[in-house]
Amino acid sequence: MVMVIDELKKAAVKDLIKTGKRMDGRSFDKYRDIVIKTNVISAAEGSADVTIGKSRVIAGVKLEIVEPFSDRPNEGTLTVGADLLPTAHETFEEGPPSPESIELARVVDRGIRAAECIDLKSLVVAEDKVWGVYVDIYVIDHDGNLIDTAMIAATAALNSMRVPTYRDEKVIRNETKPMKLTVIPTASTFVKIGDKIILDPSYAEEIVADARITYSVGDNMLYAIQKAGSGSFTRDEVMSMLDRSFEQRKYLLSLLEKV
Amino acid sequence: MGGHSDTPLIVNGKRIDGRELDELRPITIEAGVLNRANGSAYLTWGNNKVIAAVYGPREVFPKHQTDPYKAVVRCRYLMAPFSTEDHGRSGPNRRSREISKVMREAFENVIIAEIYPKTAIDIYVDIIEAQGSTRVAGLTAAAVALANAGIPMRDIPIAVSVGKIDNKIAVDMMKEEDNFGQADMPVAINPTNKEIILLQMDGKMTREEFSHALDLVYSKVEEIHNLQKEALKQYFKKSSASMEENGSSVRVEKPIEQATENFTKEIPAEQQ
Repeated sequence: MVMVIDELKKAAVKDLIKTGKRMDGRSFDKYRDIVIKTNVISAAEGSADVTIGKSRVIAGVKLEIVEPFSDRPNEGTLTVGADLLPTAHETFEEGPPSPESIELARVVDRGIRAAECIDLKSLVVAEDKVWGVYVDIYVIDHDGNLIDTAMIAATAALNSMRVPTYRDEKVIRNETKPMKLTVIPTASTFVKIGDKIILDPSYAEEIVADARITYSVGDNMLYAIQKAGSGSFTRDEVMSMLDRSFEQRKYLLSLLEKV
Repeated sequence: MGGHSDTPLIVNGKRIDGRELDELRPITIEAGVLNRANGSAYLTWGNNKVIAAVYGPREVFPKHQTDPYKAVVRCRYLMAPFSTEDHGRSGPNRRSREISKVMREAFENVIIAEIYPKTAIDIYVDIIEAQGSTRVAGLTAAAVALANAGIPMRDIPIAVSVGKIDNKIAVDMMKEEDNFGQADMPVAINPTNKEIILLQMDGKMTREEFSHALDLVYSKVEEIHNLQKEALKQYFKKSSASMEENGSSVRVEKPIEQATENFTKEIPAEQQ
């Protein structure tokens, strides 16, 4: 589908970036306003409603008793899913998951999993019974950079998670104890437009971008990378964006820790 | 990932299959292995076995995917149900769909799609046997298949994986190293301009380790690219030899300009 307005906007966005400016007046290394709310869904064990600019993601965490994976008998399980709702954008359709929604879920999954930020060993409740942690990412409004929005929502939801009690083979959902993440991984996404690289792309910037890359990081530790798009990056660019991700981590953490 | 094994992955400085940290498994590539495909390649990389096929440029089905300005590039990476120790389900899964996406984007970087508007170029990567780092093996093979199909490309990309095992950075992760190592990072590079067209990573790496991992990747670009070029050379040598046997020659008898001149002359004037 070709969006006429999008096509017309493309040239304007590109020309502006060339001169070192962005449509919303931001500098190349600045996030739009980020708002994080947690405990927004009372039925869920953890939840968060996050906006970056006009992009909005609700993440819910549900816990169910499951059998552990045979190769990890002493650990709870983690499953991350993502839905690009038709409410969020005219190109999002009902039906089987698109490569984009699969990628979104898997990039967030890897960022969380590689950081080993959930103490999965503490989620064993009985022999062959563990908590399965289900993180579901609901994209309800799309104005670019869904990965960072989803990553903040998922980590904020997980950090607000309360684990129910399991007694006499019964789940008691109104008897809970909190479980904080051991470390909060943060993700920063950049896009390349021409030879310029900008943080936190808006939707208009995303559609003119040649390439995109996301870094999930901890304190001085890299957890995950995902490059996408048909453009390319040089080695120097890849190194410098990693440094910028470590820099942005301080800011993102300050927001997440305030919640 | 994350060291879930007690068995060491490095003993006396050597990896479990006896390799050095900066050593690739043996790689073989053969171009033009399929009968019907426009281009193909068979690649073995350690115990990985990959068949890559390219069909196109051809008509686009379903039609709504057609791009009036360029060829659409489609890529399908798939692991055979019998390719791994445990039986896998046939057909694509979430992992294979994601790999197909990033692989397609990497090839969109090199394929000169503007030459063939309203067509599709289909790339099929089938992993027949999997022993770690199959996406980079698949991408390296598919690049040869594309060249074999005569698809115009800016470059013939290579791919290789790096990772971290027992706190050391090593190139070309095999299955056990991927499963029990501390990080895994597949990378695809354009050999000519050295730019990165595919990059994924998960695990734990410091900035220094990441930089060292990239060094290792770049140190292997030429070695892998030479194997791709050799496979294509062998293919053309073989096909020209067999054509001569059949009494035909692959040499272009007339310069192309002259050939087109003759062609235009044959068309009656009122149709031109």
